[in-house]
Amino acid sequence: MAGHNKRIPTQHVVGFVLSIALTLLATWAALGSNLSTMWIISGIMILAVIQAGIQLFMFMHVVEFESQNGHVPWNMMFHGAVLAAIIVAGSLFTMSFGFTHNHDGDHQHEQHENDGQEQHDNGEHEGH
Amino acid sequence: MQLDEFFVTGEPLIYAGMVSIVLVSAAILFILTYFKKWGWLWREWLTTVDHKKIGIMYILSALAMLFRGGADALMMRTQLAFPNMNFLNAQHYDEIFTTHGTVMIIFMAMPFLIGLMNVIVPLQIGARDVAFPYLNALSFWSFLFGAMLFNISFVIGGSPDAGWTSYTPLAGAAMSPGPGQNFYLMGLQLSGIGTLATGVNFMVTILKMRAPGMKMFQMPIFTWSTLITSFIIVFAFPILTVALALMTLDRVFGAQFFTLTGEGMPMMWANLFWMWGHPEVYIVILPAFGIFSEVISTFARKQLFGYKAMVWAIILIAGLSFLVWVHHFFTMGAGAFVNSVFSISTMLIAVPTGVKIFNWLGTLYKSRINNTVAMMWSLAFIPSFVLGGITGVMLGMASADYQFHNSYFLVAHFHYVLIAGTVFACFSGLVFWYPKMFGHKLNETLGKWSFWFFVIGFHVCFFPQYFAGLDGMPRRVFTIIPEWMPLNIISTVGAFGMGIGFAIFIFTVVYSYRYSEREKTGDSWGDGRTLEWATPTPVPFYNFATVPHVNSQDVYMSLKEEGKTTFEEDELEPIHMPSNTGQPFIMMAFLFIASFGVVFEWMWMAIAGLAAGIVMMIIRSFDYDEGFHVEVDEIKRTERSTRGL
Amino acid sequence: MSSEELKTGPLEYRTQEGQMTIMGFWIFLAAEIVLFSTLFATYAVLFGRTADATPPAELFEPGIVLIMTFLLLTSSFTCGLAIHEMRRGSVKGLRIWMIITLLLGLGFLGFEIYEFVHYAHEGATLQSSAYWSAFFTLAGTHGLHVTLGIGWVILLLIQVTQRGLTPRTSRKFFVIGLYWHFLDVVWIFIFTSVYLIGMVV
Repeated sequence: MAGHNKRIPTQHVVGFVLSIALTLLATWAALGSNLSTMWIISGIMILAVIQAGIQLFMFMHVVEFESQNGHVPWNMMFHGAVLAAIIVAGSLFTMSFGFTHNHDGDHQHEQHENDGQEQHDNGEHEGH
Repeated sequence: MQLDEFFVTGEPLIYAGMVSIVLVSAAILFILTYFKKWGWLWREWLTTVDHKKIGIMYILSALAMLFRGGADALMMRTQLAFPNMNFLNAQHYDEIFTTHGTVMIIFMAMPFLIGLMNVIVPLQIGARDVAFPYLNALSFWSFLFGAMLFNISFVIGGSPDAGWTSYTPLAGAAMSPGPGQNFYLMGLQLSGIGTLATGVNFMVTILKMRAPGMKMFQMPIFTWSTLITSFIIVFAFPILTVALALMTLDRVFGAQFFTLTGEGMPMMWANLFWMWGHPEVYIVILPAFGIFSEVISTFARKQLFGYKAMVWAIILIAGLSFLVWVHHFFTMGAGAFVNSVFSISTMLIAVPTGVKIFNWLGTLYKSRINNTVAMMWSLAFIPSFVLGGITGVMLGMASADYQFHNSYFLVAHFHYVLIAGTVFACFSGLVFWYPKMFGHKLNETLGKWSFWFFVIGFHVCFFPQYFAGLDGMPRRVFTIIPEWMPLNIISTVGAFGMGIGFAIFIFTVVYSYRYSEREKTGDSWGDGRTLEWATPTPVPFYNFATVPHVNSQDVYMSLKEEGKTTFEEDELEPIHMPSNTGQPFIMMAFLFIASFGVVFEWMWMAIAGLAAGIVMMIIRSFDYDEGFHVEVDEIKRTERSTRGL
Repeated sequence: MSSEELKTGPLEYRTQEGQMTIMGFWIFLAAEIVLFSTLFATYAVLFGRTADATPPAELFEPGIVLIMTFLLLTSSFTCGLAIHEMRRGSVKGLRIWMIITLLLGLGFLGFEIYEFVHYAHEGATLQSSAYWSAFFTLAGTHGLHVTLGIGWVILLLIQVTQRGLTPRTSRKFFVIGLYWHFLDVVWIFIFTSVYLIGMVV
């Protein structure tokens, strides 16, 4: 962005204040609030994504005037994020989901009950 | 550790291997010393950063690896044709199928294609080298040292024996103690670093170093496939890096990721492995598609039919390649819903692949085909690959996969796609671009002999395996029941046919080196369409004296019409080139030592090697070498002599 | 794109070499995203598999983790200021802010080492269970990256003292800046999905 000749880097200061505020908000949401676990997890993950965006746009110059002719492959960051989602969600999907629904045929529900505590736990995580 | 634990003992075949390694090494040392070639080797090859030379070294190493992997294959086929002869015992058979798979995928297919990319892509886009020549040399040496580390395992310490997929818990410390499995982990890790660097390098090269005026949708299709392949490499290889590192932590440092104790999860390895492994399949097939497209359009003497559809098909395949990994372990029991999702995404891939098949057929339709050896390899690819692709869709059906899984049906399928796709493409591309690399063509008559032996041998070898698989023959067994005997004997005959084809190919190389006519023009086949044919042969180290302005898809065709060349005397300017350096070689040699230390769990050696490697990186950081300029006079002299002006 | 130097714009973008290196580094960072997300995936899948070892909720302490987070967030900010000073042409500003970044990074590392040692005393090590293997590998890989970053900054500080601000040295600083911010991004996710969720569940 413009402004690299300015004495005071407004953008950096704003970014810094925002990231501190978001961190505190996330900490409060996790430890101080009375929200349900699912809301906490989805809420703080969204806050983390926003904070990553702040780093990317306000600190890392991912879009700036000087690089309009494409030294910064911002689309690679986008694809990286998509891949990250595929890897994490996909792994949880295949590696956890299955354990509550596996085993052959007709005994499925009984099996589900007897699946063992830790596997059960994993099945629940997938739900989030 | 005792010496007899260090060296593998008790196997006549391995003793023979040791003797031949010693003899070949001694012969090489003798020849280099006798003809005083050490300086030449260091100056011209070990320190080079020239993409063409690096490409040639990649291809030579890949051919050596093809020989090694092929020898493994023939040993396995011999065992299966005569299971009672006890040619190989169970343990040795396990080691051989493991090294066969690993060598062929990681150390043959990928380096071969990366070698062709190295030689051709900068020439196709009008660049004078890749974006990061130093990094390119680093990539090559990391691959070669990784390959060497993996290959010495059969004489030192013992080969890995858990299959190329290395599934845990079998591959874990509890069930596979000793250095064997560590060779797999460190060999792949070391060469994987280089592959990742290659991916970054080629992406930047293609995005930033195209000739002036060349738009993305004017790039030759091989360049396009290289770009997309690099994209897949960048996003897939870190997964392998992590998976290998986790298993190394498990085996060497006692972590519990994939173990049966400590609530580890062995199938997580399969998940991570195939999250890399499936994109890997496309890393070795997409460049092959690119090569076939180039060869077919050149020798059909037509512009590629449906260029844009082809490009979008490649992009779509690349995207889908990250969404199908679970089809490699449908039988894990992830449940009907998970399997259905991945079954559908798997079958979706057939759509863009089908589009490409019709592109090639459309290019051939009503064309005047010039039936050279390169073209024959490409023509043989289309029907053979379709057979492999169709059976792939069959395997993609999750319910049916429970029947096919781990049977010879699967073995036949992936050999049909990998040999008919990748190996045919390697031969086709090598024959096609051979004059550009070495200044003479390969003998066509001998080439046809090797082609027919290899292609017929291939079908005789693998077609029966579909039926052996449907008859219930599982993969990775060293002995079989009588019902499967006839099919297996046919298969073995075919395998030896392929072996003869390869031997003839090597003979062709030697024969052509001595007797082929030397090239006088740059456009060896007379029908060149893309920019690499506009350079003179042999290609000067700076590639292009002047870089032409590009405004069409088949650049060289329009240059020929306009009567222009890549040597416009009045436009000459000094050319900036990078200097040679021995650092990449030395750095990777140190990391090789470090990896060897990890393999044997000699931590002092690992730490020392790593420290030396880091020192090399620091030296690199302080290296402000600016390269050098080639003066106009020198360019004129070189161009006049190579162009015979 | 000609290979000549541009006359305007930030120094690091002026040569084609600089532009290509920065682009290559962004692509490398994309690969790093995948590397860390694989570690996150492993962590998520192995979550709860603590076997006989102490569960994380009993060991994680909000105080120390918050201090580490603020140290790293601040270092990312000061690193941004260093690059800002570099673009204003001030070697002195660059050096001062970079050294502050370095010290904050070292502080972060110190706390992380203390934390790991503390967990090991409580019986949670790399070897104790699948969960703890995943935890130590994820956090440790990040820590290793920070360590490498610190070593790298030191090398660059020596180089800028020797050579001043040139297209090459400023390109190198710009790249380490990207690297440092990226490590902060990774830490945000570790903080959120490892520590906060670990304390909640």
